[in-house]
Amino acid sequence: MSIHSEKIKVLEKKANEIRIDLMKMLEEAGSGHSGGPLGMADIFTAFYFHILNHRPREPRWEKRDRLILSNGHIVPVRYVTMHHAGYDITKEELMTLRKIGSRLEGHPNIHRIPALETTSGPLGEGLSQACGMAMARRFRNQEHEYTIYCFMSDGEQQEGMTLEAVMFAGKQKFDNFIGLIDRNNIQIDGFTEDIMPLEPLREKYEAFGWHVMEMNAHNIAEIVSTVEEAKAVHQKPVLIIAHTIPGKGVDFMEDDYRWHGVPPGAGPEDEVKRKDQLKEALRELRTLGGKIEHGE
Amino acid sequence: MDYKFQKNYLDEKSIEWKAMRNGAGIGMAELGAEKENMVVLGADTTESSRAHYFAEKFPERFIQVGVAEQNLIGISAGLAYEGMVPYAVTYAPFLIGRAWEPIRTTIAYPNNHVIFVSSHAGLATGPDGPTHQMTEDVTLTRTLPNFTVICPADYEQARLAVKAAYDLKGPVYVRNARENTPVFTTEKTPFEVGKAQVLREGKDITAMGHGYMVYWLLQIAEELKKEVSIEVINLHTIKPLDEITILKSIKKTGRVFFAEDHNIVGGGGSAVCEFLSQNYPVPIKLHGVMDEFTESGSVKDLWKKYKLDKEGVKEILWKFLSNM
Ligand SMILES: [Mg+2]
Repeated sequence: MSIHSEKIKVLEKKANEIRIDLMKMLEEAGSGHSGGPLGMADIFTAFYFHILNHRPREPRWEKRDRLILSNGHIVPVRYVTMHHAGYDITKEELMTLRKIGSRLEGHPNIHRIPALETTSGPLGEGLSQACGMAMARRFRNQEHEYTIYCFMSDGEQQEGMTLEAVMFAGKQKFDNFIGLIDRNNIQIDGFTEDIMPLEPLREKYEAFGWHVMEMNAHNIAEIVSTVEEAKAVHQKPVLIIAHTIPGKGVDFMEDDYRWHGVPPGAGPEDEVKRKDQLKEALRELRTLGGKIEHGE
Repeated sequence: MDYKFQKNYLDEKSIEWKAMRNGAGIGMAELGAEKENMVVLGADTTESSRAHYFAEKFPERFIQVGVAEQNLIGISAGLAYEGMVPYAVTYAPFLIGRAWEPIRTTIAYPNNHVIFVSSHAGLATGPDGPTHQMTEDVTLTRTLPNFTVICPADYEQARLAVKAAYDLKGPVYVRNARENTPVFTTEKTPFEVGKAQVLREGKDITAMGHGYMVYWLLQIAEELKKEVSIEVINLHTIKPLDEITILKSIKKTGRVFFAEDHNIVGGGGSAVCEFLSQNYPVPIKLHGVMDEFTESGSVKDLWKKYKLDKEGVKEILWKFLSNM
């Protein structure tokens, strides 16, 4: 699964395009989350364009890797990535996010898009469902035929239900079972370590029998190699603590919890006025934070 | 329909008393032999909620989650997403009450086919007290779209209900009491989910209920037959409500008495009120747990104090008739 440098460049560009579409669709929707989706854009890109074994035109293919999104509120980044990866979601449809009748609901609805694997949103529920899917896989002797991934936020590590599932997965010693925490250090009300400290996160999971790894979630090569290593772990669930920067790619959103749950055009105004937030975000992304003169 | 009952079924001393939870447990174990994608999940109450009959027969298809009811729900949802048919089994307050929002989000909303099988529904739980006597579970399940809610009348019906649940779609709740109650039906008594059973015809009043209340109603109808002609309906399925059967009966009798070992707020009686008030309003008396937390005590003492034994139900019913 290793990745050569040419492809890394392609994926970096892809991640940037995804961020641009994200900003446009969120602004058009008028509500939704900016911080998490921007922070997870590199990971979603690496997964959909390199890591996942999937068939965009056959989304329920039996042996596809399962990607369960527990923190459903970041689903816009999944919609955009799926569009770019060739799933049945058009560019026009992206602009219907959160609108009446749209398949792209504010939180994932499997009835409308079966490729989403689960309906989700309320925090803390994804890992349990991933465990159920892993038990079904085991009953069918398919534990080595596909990987189950569960993406979580750091905030939802405060949920008791998450802990119940952490305990269960440790007991079951699953193979090819990988949890990934978007460790962006923020939640709605502020910084996780102020609201309800999560650290030492690594040691907590290790104590429950997990193998824990950490990675810089904005480095495509590192994402790929970390997951590769995670897949080689035997008879232990694996947790990847993905160190992300919320709002990554848009300077005035980065590391600011006030951008957790609002779209451009509705965010805090101390740096950029609301009417200019989309324009400024797109300018930054197109010029890669001023590193190049102009984008598309 | 001509229902076949146990011999001399109205004489409670001549028939067996067995627990619905046992019927459900045995039903699941029997079904496991036929259905390879059936899984049972327990949450540390395996023996007392009777999941152990299945667990002993099919240990490879039994999942022990420990004391973790939220996880019980999430794992069940995950299994259902992958095409297994999970039966989540524990005490009613924990099964339905503890993780209601995960049930709503991960099972009811995506319409996952998960079967919830409880024990410890109602006052028929006894000395454990109100924490373990679940009297709000019908309310909590029937208020969720997609749910089917079944309250068997006795041991045999519980056994049939857990099997019938397998062939339904979406979430199904099968509500079972812990205590032994009269077994008046047989395994040959017809049972169809969603089809209320007119067990005894009458013309003056329709007495409906679910669970073991139905047996008291049959006895009361017999005891009062010189004074009043009571039609007895076993409303074993609260959702979907058998509106046709109910309406047909009410058009004949013009009034309803409803008895249940459940809070009168939101239970089976409420379901009937919601329907009739909008379609064919008639006088209705609801009897059950009167929106309160009760107490510890033997089941017999609880039944007596809260008027949920035959004599208590009869007294309330008679008062209703006398005041008409
Ligand atoms: Mg966070």
